[in-house]
Amino acid sequence: MSRFAKLLLVPLAAPLLAGCNAVVMAPAGDVAVQQRDLIIIATVLMLLIIIPVMVLVVLFARRYRQGNNAKYEPNWDHSTQLELVIWSAPLAIIICLGAVTWVSTHLLDPYRELGRLGPDRPVVAEVEPLEVEVVALDWKWMFIYPQYDIATVNELVAPVDRPISFKLTASTVMNSFYIPAMAGQIYAMPGMQTRLHGVINEPGTYKGIAAHYSGHGFSGMHFETKGVSDREFEAWVAEVRNSPDMLSRQRYLEVEKPSEHVPVMHFAGVESGLYTAIVNMCVERDKMCVSEMMSIDEQGGLGHAGVNNLAPELYGGGEKNRSPFGPQKTYVAAICSTDEAIAMTAKLPAIKAPDAAPLVGKGLIRPEMVAHSNAPALDWLAGKLAFNQNTSADAL
Amino acid sequence: MTNEFWSFIFGRLTWDVLPIHEPILVVTFIVVVLGGLAVVGALTYFKLWSYLWKEWFTSVDHKKIGIMYMVLGLVMLLRGFADALMMRLQQAIAFNGYEGYLNAHHYDQLFSVHGVIMIFFVAMPLITGFMNYVVPLQIGARDVSFPFLNNFSFWMTAGGAVLVMMSLFIGEFAQTGWLAFPPLSGIEHSPASGVDYYIWALQVAGVGTTLSGVNLIATIIKMRAPGMSLMKMPVFTWTSLCTNVLIVASFPILTAVLTLLALDRYVGTNFFTADFGGSPMMYINLIWIWGHPEVYILILPCFGIFSEVASTFSGKRLFGYTSMVYATVVITVLSYLVWLHHFFTMGSGASVNSFFGITTMIISIPTGAKIFNWLFTMYKGRIRFELPMMWLIAFMLTFTIGGMTGVLLAVPPADFVLHNSLFLVAHFHNVIIGGVLFGIFAGINYWWPKAFGYKLNTYWGKISFWLWNVGFWLAFGPLYVLGLMGVTRRLRTFDDPSLQIWFIIAGIGALVIAAGIAAMLVQFGVSIFGKNKEWDTTGDPWNGRTLEWATSSPPPQYNFAFTPIIHDNDAWADMKARHAQRPTKDFMEIHMPRNTGTGVVLAGLSVVLGFALIWYMWWLAILSFVALIGAAIIHTFNYDRDYYIPVEAIADVENERTRLLSGAR
Amino acid sequence: MSSQATTAEGEAPQFYELVPHHHAPHGSTQIGFWIYLMSDCLIFASLFAIYGVLGGNFAAGPSPEHLFNLQLVAVSTGALLLSSITYGFAMLDMDEGKKTGTLVWLVITGLLGAVFLGLTLYEFYHMIHEGAVPQRSAFLSAFFVLVGTHALHVTFGILWLVTLLVQISAKGLVPANKIRVQCLSMFWHFLDVIWIGVFTVVYLMGMLR
Repeated sequence: MSRFAKLLLVPLAAPLLAGCNAVVMAPAGDVAVQQRDLIIIATVLMLLIIIPVMVLVVLFARRYRQGNNAKYEPNWDHSTQLELVIWSAPLAIIICLGAVTWVSTHLLDPYRELGRLGPDRPVVAEVEPLEVEVVALDWKWMFIYPQYDIATVNELVAPVDRPISFKLTASTVMNSFYIPAMAGQIYAMPGMQTRLHGVINEPGTYKGIAAHYSGHGFSGMHFETKGVSDREFEAWVAEVRNSPDMLSRQRYLEVEKPSEHVPVMHFAGVESGLYTAIVNMCVERDKMCVSEMMSIDEQGGLGHAGVNNLAPELYGGGEKNRSPFGPQKTYVAAICSTDEAIAMTAKLPAIKAPDAAPLVGKGLIRPEMVAHSNAPALDWLAGKLAFNQNTSADAL
Repeated sequence: MTNEFWSFIFGRLTWDVLPIHEPILVVTFIVVVLGGLAVVGALTYFKLWSYLWKEWFTSVDHKKIGIMYMVLGLVMLLRGFADALMMRLQQAIAFNGYEGYLNAHHYDQLFSVHGVIMIFFVAMPLITGFMNYVVPLQIGARDVSFPFLNNFSFWMTAGGAVLVMMSLFIGEFAQTGWLAFPPLSGIEHSPASGVDYYIWALQVAGVGTTLSGVNLIATIIKMRAPGMSLMKMPVFTWTSLCTNVLIVASFPILTAVLTLLALDRYVGTNFFTADFGGSPMMYINLIWIWGHPEVYILILPCFGIFSEVASTFSGKRLFGYTSMVYATVVITVLSYLVWLHHFFTMGSGASVNSFFGITTMIISIPTGAKIFNWLFTMYKGRIRFELPMMWLIAFMLTFTIGGMTGVLLAVPPADFVLHNSLFLVAHFHNVIIGGVLFGIFAGINYWWPKAFGYKLNTYWGKISFWLWNVGFWLAFGPLYVLGLMGVTRRLRTFDDPSLQIWFIIAGIGALVIAAGIAAMLVQFGVSIFGKNKEWDTTGDPWNGRTLEWATSSPPPQYNFAFTPIIHDNDAWADMKARHAQRPTKDFMEIHMPRNTGTGVVLAGLSVVLGFALIWYMWWLAILSFVALIGAAIIHTFNYDRDYYIPVEAIADVENERTRLLSGAR
Repeated sequence: MSSQATTAEGEAPQFYELVPHHHAPHGSTQIGFWIYLMSDCLIFASLFAIYGVLGGNFAAGPSPEHLFNLQLVAVSTGALLLSSITYGFAMLDMDEGKKTGTLVWLVITGLLGAVFLGLTLYEFYHMIHEGAVPQRSAFLSAFFVLVGTHALHVTFGILWLVTLLVQISAKGLVPANKIRVQCLSMFWHFLDVIWIGVFTVVYLMGMLR
C-alpha cells in the first residue's frame, strides 16, 4: 500500500516541481495572488482531515488484514461517540472553510472595485482606474480603451499598479475572459455585460486566454497581456493612435466576421457608442437595441403593431443556417423616427380592457389595468424618440 | 425534379455527409464492419440468433436485462476510451505550430462525444445494470415491478447508444462540448447534424433511464420481502432508491431542456437564442439542475457497492448503518441545491456564489461521514484482500483526493482561476474514475460469481487493478499541474513548449490505462473460456451478508423458491448465524411475466424516428411516430402477459441445488 | 444490533415464507404510475420556470394583454374541470361494476376533453393568424410550448381513453382494465391540476399584471 502513498504525493508535489511555470501558483497581479493564497488555505484546511483519513485507511487495511490476528469483533457496528466525531470533524472544517468562502467571495467579487494594489497598498483616490471594454469575437479578443479612444485586437497593454476595470461582452457565443497572472476569469456573453476588476503588479508579458470553448477556432483564441510602466503605456497609446485603421461600426462588422489565429490589430479611433451598441446587439443601425427592447417590454410591448416590426436578416449566416420549420430569419427593426413610430402605432387596433369584475373578490382592490390601452408604452416611446432626435446620431 | 424527389426521400442526407475524406474514420469504419461481420457470421454459424432473441433480447428477467446493460456499458467504454486516447495523442504532439493529426472539426467532436458516451452510455448503463441485477435479489423479490417496462428501458438506452454510434459514420456528432451550451449549439452556429444527433440520442436514452428509475423505485417500495422495513434494507438498495429518486426528479428536466433546444433548432423558437428575448443562461441553469444530480446518480450506487464490499470482506457488520442511510438521503436532497457551482464565473454576484459554494461544501460532510463509516467497518475486522476489497482501498485513497479538489473548486474565488481548466478536468475524472469506475470494477468482481457461477480470474484482475491505478495517476496528475499552469480544457494546439512534457506523461498514463482495460478483457476471457474455473456451488462464494447470496449462483429465473423473511439488515448473515434451514420440499407454482419483443420494436422505431428527425426525412418521422404509437396501443391489447412455472420444474431446479450444496459442504 | 435482541434465542424465527402471501396482481401499478406523473410534473415545472423567466420578454412585440381572450379560456377551463367530475362518475360506476355507465361517462369525459382541445387549437390558430407566432418572441415561445405541452398531454389522454373504451367494450371490467381506468383517472386529474397552474400563471397573471 505504501506505493499508493507515493503515487498520491505526485499531484501534490508536482506544482512545486513545476516551479515558476505554474502561473496560477505564482501570479503577477494582486487579485490572483489572493486567489492563490485562498487555494493554499483551503487545501491546508482540508488536508487536516484528508491526511489522517488516508493514513488510517492504510493503517487499518494493514492491521486488520486476515492472518494478522488483530482483534476481531464482527458485531461491533455502532459507537455514538465515534459517530459524533465522524460527523463533527468534517463539519468543523466546513464551518471554517465556509466562513473563509463567504468573506473571500465578497472581497474578491469580480464586480467589486479594487480596494488595494497589494498587501498594505491601498488604492489612492486620485488614481483613475484604466477602463477596458472587452468583446469576445469569433475567434479573437477586442479591447476598447474608452479613455484613450483607441482599440486593439488580441493585445492588451496596461500600466502596472493601475487598477483595471473591465466591461465584457461577446458578439455571438459565450466565452470566458481569463488572464491567469492577473485575476480569475469571467464569462463574456452576447447581449449582456459582465464586469471584472484586476491589477498587474509586475511588468512583463502574460498569457491571456479564452477559457470557455467557443467553437472551431477556439484553440487559437489567445492574446498577449503586457504590464508596462506608465511611460511605456503612454508611448504605446501614441503608437496605436498613429495606426491608419479606425474602428467604425462598418469596420467592426468586418472584424467581427469569424476568423482564426488573428494577428494583433490596432485602431486609432473608435466610433462613439460602439461598445454600447455591441452589448445591445445593434451595431447594424436598423436593429433595435436590447436596452430599448427591454424598456418597451417593461411598458407592455408594442402590441399587434410590434408583430410587423421585423426586418429580414441580412447579416450573419442569413438563410443558410435556418431552422427547417422556422420562418424567414428576421430581427426586430429599430424605430428610427417619430413618423415611423406614429405610422406603426396607427395600425394599432384599440384594445378593449378585459373585464376583470368576475375575478375580483369582495373586499379586494380592483387592480390597476395596464391593458386599458397601449398609452403608457406609446407615451414613453414618444418621449424617447423626441430625445433621440435632439441628440446627435453618433451618441446612440 | 428528381433532385426534389431525392431530397424529399432522404432529407438532407446526401453522399457528402459520409466522412470518406477522413482516413481515420474510414479505417475505423472498415474495422467496425469487419468486426461486425465476424460477430454476425459467428452468431449465424453457431445458430445463436434465435437463442439470443428468445432468451436475451426479449427477456423480461431483471437478471438478464442487468447483464445486457453491463455488456452495453462495457462495449461503449471501449468506444469512449478510444476517443480519450486520440485526444491524449493529439494534445501530446500538437506543439510549436504543429497542428497534430486531428483537425478542429474532428477534435471538437471527440471531446464532445467522449463526455456524452462516458456519462450516458458507459456510467449510466453500468450502474443501471447493477441496480437491475442486484436490487430485486437483495430485497427478496422475483423480479422488478414492471418487467416489460424494464426490457423497454434497456432497449431505449441501447437505442440512444446506436444513434451516437451512427454519428461516427453518417454525418457528424456535436462540436459543442458534452452539454451543448447555446448559442453555440443553436442552428445559427451549429447548422449540421451533430447537435441533432446529440439531442435525439439523449432523448431516446433519457426516456429509458426515467422509466427504469420509476420501475426501480416502485420495486423497492412495493416488492420487499416480508420483514424488510426501510431501515433493514441493504445499503446498496438504499443508495439505489436514492439514485432512482434522483433520476426521476432530474431527467425530466433534461428532457424538457433538450426539447426546447430542439424547438429552437427545428422551429426557430427563441428560448435560448440571444435575440428576441431568449436567454442562453436559462439553458445553462436548467441543464445543470439536471447535471449536478446526475453526478450523484452515478456515485451513490457505487457508494452502495463499496458499503457491501466493506462489510463483506471485513467479515463484519457495516459500521454506522443508520448514519450511512441518512448521509445518503442528505446527499440526495443537497444535490439539488448546488448546481450554480458549475458557473460561478457567470457573474451571479457574491452572495449567490457564496451560497452555492457553501452548500457544495456541506455535501462533503455526509460524504466524509461515509468514508469514515467504511474506515470503521474495516476497524476490528478481518479483511480479506480479494479484488473488490482492493478496489475499495484504491477508491478510498483516490476519491478523497478528488473530493478535496472538488471542495477547492467550490470556493468561488478559487474557482475563478481553476474553472474550465485542466485542473477541473483532472478533478472530475478523479471522482468519476476513482469513485464511479472503481466502484463498478469492485461490483463486477464482487457479483460476477453470482451472475455466472464462477469467480473472475484473480491474477489478471490484479494486473488490471495496478495498471488502472498507476495509469490513472499518470494520466491525471499532470492535468492537475497543467491546470495550475493556467491551461484550459478542450484546446487542440499549444504554443508553450514547456507544457509538452506534462501532456506526454498524461498520454503515457492513458496508455497504461489502456493496458489496464486490456488486462480486464483478458481477465474476462480467461475466466469465461479458461479450463480451471473457480466454480461457486454454494451461491455464497464471499461469505456474503445480504440476500442475493442466499440463492444459487446463477440464481434461478424466479430468484427464490420461497420468499425469505427478514429479521436483520444483514439478512443472509443473520440466517447463516441462526442456521436457517432452506426448505427443500412442498414447492408451489410461481407466477412469472412472459417475454415480449415489444420493447425491441418500440425502441427500434424510436431510433428510426430520431434518425429521421436528424436528417429531416419528415415522411419517415411521421411514419415512425405513428407506428410507435400504434405499436404501443397494440401492445396494450395483449392481456396474456404472464404464466406459472409448474411445481415440477421448480422441484428439479431446487433438488439440483440441494445436491450441489450437500456435495459442497 | 437491537433487531437481533428482539427475536430471542429460544423461539425459532421463521426464515422462509412457506405459504406465499397473496400479491395483488397490479400491486405496484398505481404507485409506479404516480411516480411517473411526478416526473411528468417536473417537465411542466421546467416549462413554468421558463415561462416565469422569459414570459416578460416580448421583444417589442405583443404581450398577454394584446393576445389573450379570457372568456374563451374560461370556457375551455370549465370544460376541462367538468371532465374531471365526469371522470369521477365513470370511476364510481366502475366500482359498482356498471360497464355501460362507465363507458357513457368516459365518452362524455372524452368529449369534454375534445372541446378543451378544440378551444386551445382555435386560440393557437387565432394567434398565429394575427402574426403572434412562437418565433416572434421568447414570451410567445414559452407560451406556445407550455400550453402546447399541456394540450399534447390532453391529446394523448384522449387517445388512451378511446383505446380504453374499445378494451372495456371488448373485455369488460376485468382487473387489468380497471387498473388502466384508475391510471388514466390519475393522469386526467393531473392534467387538470396542471391546467389550473397554467390558467393562473399564464392567463390570469398575464392579464392582471
